Amino acid sequence: MSKFPNQLALVAVATTSVVALSVGLSERAAYRADLAAAEAQAMAEETQAAEASAVAEAAEAETVVTEEVTEEVVAEAEVVEEAVEEPAEDVVAEAPVAEDAPAEEMHAGMAFEGGTSRPALFVGAAWAESHESPMIGELEGITFDLGREALPEEVAAWNIDIRPDGQGLPVGSGDVWTGEEVYIENCAMCHGDFGEAVGRWPVLAGGWDTLTHEDPVKTPGSYWPYLSTVWDYVHRAMPYGQAQSLTDDEVYAITAYLLYLNNLVDDDFELSNENFTEVRLPNEDGFFMDDREEGEIPAFSEEPCMENCKDSVEITMRATILDVTPEEEEAEVTEAAAETSDEPATEEAAAEEAPAEEGATEMAAVDPALVEEGEGVFRKCRACHQVGEGAVNRTGPHLNGVLGRTIGGLDDFRYSGVFEEAKAAGEVWGPENLGAYLADPRGAMPGTKMSFAGLRSEDEIAVMIAYLSTFEAQ
Amino acid sequence: MDMKFKGMKPSRRSFLTGAAAAGVGSVAATVAKGQTAPDPAITELQDWQVYLGDGVDAAPYGMPSKHESHVVRRTVEWLTADNVSSINFTPLHELDGIITPNGVCFERHHGGAAEIDPAEHRLMINGLVDKELVFTMEDLMRFPRENHVYFLECAANTGMEWAGAQLNGCQFTHGMIHNVMYTGIPLKLLLAEAGLKTNAKWILPEGADASAMTRSIPIEKALDDCLVAFKMNGEALRTEQGYPVRLVVPGWEGNMWVKWLRRIEVGDEPWHHREETSKYTDLLEDGTARRFTWEMDAKSVITNPSPQAPLTHGPGYTVLTGVAWSGRGTIPRVDVTLDGGKNWHQARMSGPSLNKSMHRFYFEFEWDGKPLLLQSRAHDSTGYVQPTKNQLREWRGENSIYHNNGIQTWYVNEKGEAENVEIS
Repeated sequence: MSKFPNQLALVAVATTSVVALSVGLSERAAYRADLAAAEAQAMAEETQAAEASAVAEAAEAETVVTEEVTEEVVAEAEVVEEAVEEPAEDVVAEAPVAEDAPAEEMHAGMAFEGGTSRPALFVGAAWAESHESPMIGELEGITFDLGREALPEEVAAWNIDIRPDGQGLPVGSGDVWTGEEVYIENCAMCHGDFGEAVGRWPVLAGGWDTLTHEDPVKTPGSYWPYLSTVWDYVHRAMPYGQAQSLTDDEVYAITAYLLYLNNLVDDDFELSNENFTEVRLPNEDGFFMDDREEGEIPAFSEEPCMENCKDSVEITMRATILDVTPEEEEAEVTEAAAETSDEPATEEAAAEEAPAEEGATEMAAVDPALVEEGEGVFRKCRACHQVGEGAVNRTGPHLNGVLGRTIGGLDDFRYSGVFEEAKAAGEVWGPENLGAYLADPRGAMPGTKMSFAGLRSEDEIAVMIAYLSTFEAQ
Repeated sequence: MDMKFKGMKPSRRSFLTGAAAAGVGSVAATVAKGQTAPDPAITELQDWQVYLGDGVDAAPYGMPSKHESHVVRRTVEWLTADNVSSINFTPLHELDGIITPNGVCFERHHGGAAEIDPAEHRLMINGLVDKELVFTMEDLMRFPRENHVYFLECAANTGMEWAGAQLNGCQFTHGMIHNVMYTGIPLKLLLAEAGLKTNAKWILPEGADASAMTRSIPIEKALDDCLVAFKMNGEALRTEQGYPVRLVVPGWEGNMWVKWLRRIEVGDEPWHHREETSKYTDLLEDGTARRFTWEMDAKSVITNPSPQAPLTHGPGYTVLTGVAWSGRGTIPRVDVTLDGGKNWHQARMSGPSLNKSMHRFYFEFEWDGKPLLLQSRAHDSTGYVQPTKNQLREWRGENSIYHNNGIQTWYVNEKGEAENVEIS
């Protein structure tokens, strides 16, 4: 045991080891020592039993013994709790089990061989090879004195959650009309002006009576049980990519507007912390607690048929008919890209040094290879931006002819304020400012609604600009 | 944000091309039996036999062989509105054993993979506790730790298959799962440090990312086997898996395993937040919905052969393998059928059988070159038997999205190509 001065003894039970692990810490040592003493007693008793029943025990039998040890430790631990106030040394001295050699060894090891450290916490765990590792045992009343108390300001900063009973709602209010303005500015680019959604972003209004249909539409009006969920989620995670940028009043206003879009309030409605819990959503009672235990699980717990279970088998549906599996070529592109990056680093360095003007040169005679790579990178953008024939504005503006276009220059797209300012100043997209924007959208155009973190490498930016340069205004 | 579970047709693709590509990518040319010309792979010196390989520092952090570059997570673009709040899939058909390598563990995040400086990370415990606490990572490292192998399965795994066979490949049908060894602090120790008040009934873990993910978890589970983990497979959590610290909720749906864990609130009622109301509730045929369906039912899938991993060797001795798991215990038994369920055989389990962990099974057989209808059926340690998809639909209809643990069928044709099908 001397190799493990801060740990407890290794007690052999036939061929299987039972390890009681002890980790040393601080002033609640007495209690811990008591636990250890109890454990030692239990083990000592079991050890004798095991020795008596000899070495050639089967592994299974040993496992049983181990389990008994664990149980006894827990039982004993409760008994010795009364002695908690006693100093650790006394406990060791008085330990009734000290007459058993293994236990003595253990106490010596834990109490004194560790030098200055105090004796130790026990984490009562028996281990046997035939077992999965155990959980750390019961530690009622034991703490580690780690961490520090949270200051009220700190708790207030993070404790933003709202419950259906209104717990957590801050004082504030917002009406439907204000909500519409805030929503159009911050939400409509993804969720649509009327909550109908753009592309595959979530629909926020309607869907009534669709829950039994083939394609149910789950909105706050049709499905969500509680209004507090709307407030909480908008406040904690929206707008997407600008989380927690809305004021409390704005969140009340957006929530009011969503109620209005779902025909749940009139247009003169104002929502506040005062009237919040009076608003109930239509599907509140549409939910019930998981009941698999009562129905499915018993039904699915019968011994199944193994032989001659059916006469014939027909294929009833095939995935190839739907054909929605992603193509393999993506993996090939990745492979190709990986090979390219095996090229000497000098090329990359050169690209990094290349000033933006070189991008302009490339545009004049665009390298097809760059364009092809750019097409791959554009995958990151195409959820929101379209290019090519028939491209239209979606979450973001279409990008045909974006190089050379006035910033914020499409009349039929609702831009962020910062784009309107750039437009007023007559600024035009070129490789340089577009490159800077792509590298750090929010840094280059503070307040942009584009929720994209930016392209990570100069290479990606260069190929993206090369790709975009191939689409002329239509 | 939203996942759409019914597919939209992509541009062009033939399943045969996919199968062929997978075959070429993963299997070296075989020499036909009875060949008389000597094999140049043996008779000719290869470059690697002659020239020196890389020195020790060529890759301070090692990566897989370049010949394995096809073993990657893949995404299904039509599933989500963008690639930030999105999901990708573990390449189960390329893996063996029970441990998922960290680099191919599937990802699902709701506000992107937060890049957190561990020195600036804090974990707060507040609410119904005697003392509201703040821990640094350094503090957390001083608590006793445990090591456990657990599977993490997204509740939406196989969610695209409710209405019928849709995606061709176990990576896409079953790849929202990984299985790693976590090193972490039992959550009960942290809660005890703060001191639970007697009316503490629920906790609300919260993430530090831009989605500030939250889920309500009953206190019984929190005090049972939850871990606050900082390592996976021995190394620090990967960024996309919640670095520097995440919650581990063994056997329960992956969404609850809050990543980038920054706060745990203790309360007396559930919060009914977005991911436990509008999402992760199971809509049934009659329009009502189950809530708090936390446990993952027993499930299995044959990973090889499968659509991305066809049989390329022709008739003869064939290794069939797959994985099985249950949120309620271990998997003592898996049955396999080659004929669409007329006759079943017990598979051979191999590797550690751990509570709430993936299990590996094999079934070796002599393939006669005729078409196969392959299925596997898991039995867990509670006696639960994995149901067929039709059995599940009888209870749930087709709209519940989550918790689809129905039996998967692969049709293997005479050429060894496999397809996702449903059968009578």
